[in-house]
Amino acid sequence: MEPFVSLDGLVVPIDRPNIDTDAIIPKQFLKSIQRTGFGQNLFDEWRYLDNGEPGQSHANRPRNPDFPLNQARYLGASILLARENFGCGSSREHAVWALRDWGIRALIAPSYADIFFGNCFKNGMLPIRLDAEVVDALFDKVQSHVGYRLRIDLPNQTVLKPDGACLEFDVDGTRKQRLLEGLDDIAVTLQFSECIREYESRRRSLEPWLFASNSRA
Amino acid sequence: MTPLTLHEKLWRRHVVHQFGDGTALLYIDRHLVYEVTSPQAFEGLRSSERKVWRAETVLATADHNVPTVASRKRIADPLSRAQVERLTRNCQEFGVTEFGLNDRRQGIIHVVGPEQGATLPGMTVVAGDSHTSTHGAFAALAFGVGTSEVEHVLATQCLPRKPMRSMLVKVGGQLSKGVTAKDLILHIIHRLGTGGGAGFAIEFAGSAVRALSMEGRMTLCNMAMEAGACVGLIAVDDTTIDYIKDRPFAPKGALWDAAVSYWRSLVSDEGAHFDKTLLFDAAKVQPMVTWGTSPDMAVPIAASVPDPAEESDAAKCRAMEAALRYMGLTPLTPIAAIRLDKVFIGSCTNARIEDLRDAADELRGKRIAPTIRQALVVPGSGLVKAQAQQEGLDEVFKSAGFEWREPGCSMCLGMNEDRLNPGERCASTSNRNFEGRQGRGGRSHLVSPRMAAAAAVAGRFVDVTSGGN
Repeated sequence: MEPFVSLDGLVVPIDRPNIDTDAIIPKQFLKSIQRTGFGQNLFDEWRYLDNGEPGQSHANRPRNPDFPLNQARYLGASILLARENFGCGSSREHAVWALRDWGIRALIAPSYADIFFGNCFKNGMLPIRLDAEVVDALFDKVQSHVGYRLRIDLPNQTVLKPDGACLEFDVDGTRKQRLLEGLDDIAVTLQFSECIREYESRRRSLEPWLFASNSRA
Repeated sequence: MTPLTLHEKLWRRHVVHQFGDGTALLYIDRHLVYEVTSPQAFEGLRSSERKVWRAETVLATADHNVPTVASRKRIADPLSRAQVERLTRNCQEFGVTEFGLNDRRQGIIHVVGPEQGATLPGMTVVAGDSHTSTHGAFAALAFGVGTSEVEHVLATQCLPRKPMRSMLVKVGGQLSKGVTAKDLILHIIHRLGTGGGAGFAIEFAGSAVRALSMEGRMTLCNMAMEAGACVGLIAVDDTTIDYIKDRPFAPKGALWDAAVSYWRSLVSDEGAHFDKTLLFDAAKVQPMVTWGTSPDMAVPIAASVPDPAEESDAAKCRAMEAALRYMGLTPLTPIAAIRLDKVFIGSCTNARIEDLRDAADELRGKRIAPTIRQALVVPGSGLVKAQAQQEGLDEVFKSAGFEWREPGCSMCLGMNEDRLNPGERCASTSNRNFEGRQGRGGRSHLVSPRMAAAAAVAGRFVDVTSGGN
């Protein structure tokens, strides 16, 4: 996984609360068995004026000019600014893959849905929580200043605004470390293999029915 | 001994290793797998040359993508077919049990797990689907994850997790006749809001919860997710034990006795501390109908579509206006005046035998309204379908004008051919009414099975608890 240490990025705002993962990547695109290629269908139903289906050439599709991702001023954005409960609904990690694939590497919102939040860290994406009033002020700035950028510093847990003001954010220690180092989570857990086997031994004596052979037809 | 909540008991039992910052490596006892969120996970195992840690804990079946028509053995859509075939190939290669489309046990994973006795009290249960919360009805610590964590569980049988806080939702009194677990959970979500349960494991307790059958309890825990809570929990009692006994994957003989003895301890201790408590009176719950584009936008059947002008919070007001525009509804329209195009009875929320019995009860001797373009009943599994047929329920549905389908997620999320067309309005027993959930431009109203059936007959919503419609 690509490490995340710092990011100097253009900000794109999506000004709606409770954006669910089906809005981020609609269900028809979940038929893919790959981890890549979702970027062109990110926010598909809001971004395009026609019905999106997998395998379509997206170059010719009619676009919604009012949707921020289609606006020239937000091209190349790597930071998404959103409202509360971002990523609610289905657990599909494809939502994170679609954001990453499009170019987003960090998110700023007052709150996120739990499963989506966890999925971000699995993909080198940093979801930052800031207070609603702070996010509100950022929306104003981003929408009124073309080319608004922020500089994110993960080791120091700060977001630097163009005017020099610094916003601080909290992030869980384990997750921060894994992002900074770009660790393979599974490799880390497998370092505890001995521990896992000892646990299984203990648990087998407490709840032996969980380790007996299942009846199968 | 400090009194512990059920949540705490389950958590502590599953800690393999405790990290310094509160994160724990949790052991996973049961992993349910389906075709949409697993292909990349198995591919990951292949490319890193890893095996499945304990294949016997994994149970797989295809549900989201599968057509529900009888000719479905050969899936027409090439991508859906590829995904379903890939699941079979992956299961064969990695030694995982799969109930394929030819197997009468195939169905929606959250219906199949419990009915097979594969979900047991005291387990941690994981699946790549947010409605995994359903299994908490069995006092199992059950939650949904993304594909990377599906791969993680396959490879290591564990997941690093941060503890959640504990919320108690206590429902006293009794639900009125015709008011169901579905109405209760919609009522609860309305109070909590779609994000109100985030970061919490919700334990449902109280006399009204005790009185629910296991299927009713599953409906409750299923939709805990819609209040933002990944985990729903209900303590073990006789109802739990009676349901599990003799099911295929359930322990037998001496192991059964030992298991039951342990399972009875899976209750919150007297005096255990909850971070938050909400109290409800079941008698106040009426049949609910969602009007908007999130599950918390719901009102009782006797009420009307709310008026955004009466909402003082500007952001909430804007959200309501956007929802009303999408749903094509005018403020203050009585819910009972809303006319429907389609009706869907199914989904992991309400596609079990009791749900089908409830719906059939409303339909006996009646026909659906001529204005209903399509009415579907999709049993949650092949076993539910077989039992329903044994009870003659399929004939009741067909005589009334419903299509009797094969098991799958169907119109809940419109990923297969069962979906709404733009502007179509549907009474649905599923769990989400977000924009486009059941099909682009589709308008979803979430209700109980009985309410959906009654709406199919009347062509509009009606109060199933009132004497005449």
